[in-house]
Amino acid sequence: MKRRRSGADTAFKSMTLIFASSAVVLSLIYFFELYYGSTLTLKSGISFVTGSTWDPNNQVFGVLPMLYGSLVTSAIALIIGVPISLGVAIFLSEISPQVLRSPISFVVEMLAAVPSVIYGLWGLFVLAPILRTNVYPILESRLGFLPIFQGTIYGVSVLTAGIVLAIMIIPMVASISRDALLAVPDSQREAAYALGATRSEVIRMSVLSYARSGVFASIFLGFGRAFGETMAVTMLIGNTPLISASLLSPGYSLAALVASEFTEATTQVYISALIEAGLVLLVVSFIANVVARLLIRRLIRSREAASYL
Amino acid sequence: MLESVTSLDVEERQRLEPHDALETKMEVVGLDAWYSTKQALVDVNLNVRSNKVTAIIGPSGCGKSTLIRCLNRMHELVPGSRVTGSVLLDGKNIYGSDLDAVDVRRRVGMVFQKPNPFPNMSIADNVTAGLKLAGVKDESSMKEVERRTLERVGLWDEVKDDLKRSGASLSGGQQQRLCIARALAIEPEVLLMDEPCSALDPTATAKIEQLITSLKQTYTVVIVTHNMQQAARIADYTAFMYLGKLIEYDETTTLFENPRQELTERYITGKFG
Repeated sequence: MKRRRSGADTAFKSMTLIFASSAVVLSLIYFFELYYGSTLTLKSGISFVTGSTWDPNNQVFGVLPMLYGSLVTSAIALIIGVPISLGVAIFLSEISPQVLRSPISFVVEMLAAVPSVIYGLWGLFVLAPILRTNVYPILESRLGFLPIFQGTIYGVSVLTAGIVLAIMIIPMVASISRDALLAVPDSQREAAYALGATRSEVIRMSVLSYARSGVFASIFLGFGRAFGETMAVTMLIGNTPLISASLLSPGYSLAALVASEFTEATTQVYISALIEAGLVLLVVSFIANVVARLLIRRLIRSREAASYL
Repeated sequence: MLESVTSLDVEERQRLEPHDALETKMEVVGLDAWYSTKQALVDVNLNVRSNKVTAIIGPSGCGKSTLIRCLNRMHELVPGSRVTGSVLLDGKNIYGSDLDAVDVRRRVGMVFQKPNPFPNMSIADNVTAGLKLAGVKDESSMKEVERRTLERVGLWDEVKDDLKRSGASLSGGQQQRLCIARALAIEPEVLLMDEPCSALDPTATAKIEQLITSLKQTYTVVIVTHNMQQAARIADYTAFMYLGKLIEYDETTTLFENPRQELTERYITGKFG
């Protein structure tokens, strides 16, 4: 009896180990596939990342404009999306009456289930025209002294893609942050209340501080989502390999590059270049993730509060 | 047994009050409290004497924690909760319009059952958290308060070289003393303690009990405890509660040695609870 139970236990343990290692194996496979698929262009070295000319006909491949576009659209998405997401999370966990909590959570999570092509369509046919006629001209006339709000307005642009990305990351960032805030024990809230804190002071002093590692994690997951998002960005960014200071000009992103050009890639070198673009995407996401984790650990360790992490 | 509880009338209640002429710090008058539909306190009346330690004892679920949480308006933070009656602090109703909850909680501090320091704040920042809320910015006076209050709770010598470490890095007993220091830093008039030793070992408990006894020179202390020996050791006055009602309230020695209610006697002799 006893032996049989431990036998089942071992089988269960090895099964979970296999599942867990499959994640590691898969990511290694992705990495090596991308690496070997791009040998033809990897030979040309660092100029692939530092070059800003993308001319497949003459076999000149530089993805700097796409890398720039990916980073800038993701940054816009975080700048707009994170404050809104935190507002949603704080409302849901700290302020909302009990009856509103689950309906609102449900709607927020529903937004995550909307396919990205729908966001792209909506962005292209609804949001972009509104931005082009009503919003961007105002930005340009009021804030046109800033280089980021200058130039011809097309509607599709880095900013448009960033705004739609912001909307797309809100469900994920909001629901993960909400879970982190809900996981804060009530004793922490009471500690602040008992010192004479108002509700907003309680949220700042105890809730957000206690939950910050979870909140940071949600932000980095949001970044990962925005950085790798393909369909909506392809539809909204304008797919022009240019680095422009203005957010109102069209741009390009790594994911959009791969998605929109792989059907045209007829030569081996062209295919290799697109695969290498994918490799850059993967490596940058990986680096961003590692740096973020190190930053968090440093932040936490500097206050020696790692005990609860 | 239950009938004898419900038939307490006003006259009898007054007879159950201790007879002395000491100054009253807080006065609970006809207090009822609910958690949504469940009534947790039934017509509680209690005079808390100034600069004394008052213990509230009783079996689990008797309402002792609810009562103490009504003394600094923490009870109302529970969704669906409700309070009627009044609690006077120096003669002013804390549920009246002259005082708001923030003022009340600054004057009536609280220490909880489980030590709850802010884990992302240093020991020093934990102590001065309440001062920062009150808008104090002066660094040197903060330093002064850190030292004074940590000395007051006997923690200074143990942590003076580690003031930048997290409050969560301390042992349970140290954390609880840190929480007491945090409550004392804003100089409340009354300190409420909700079973402050229930999560601690005997050595840490002894330190806290010693501290409580020394605190009454400056503060009025109300402590909830499920430990009758603790009440007997540290409290000047003891109130016994059962099923949401205050059954008996007297000087600690009288209540333990010569209880007037049969229910009290049965509880303190361990016949139930």
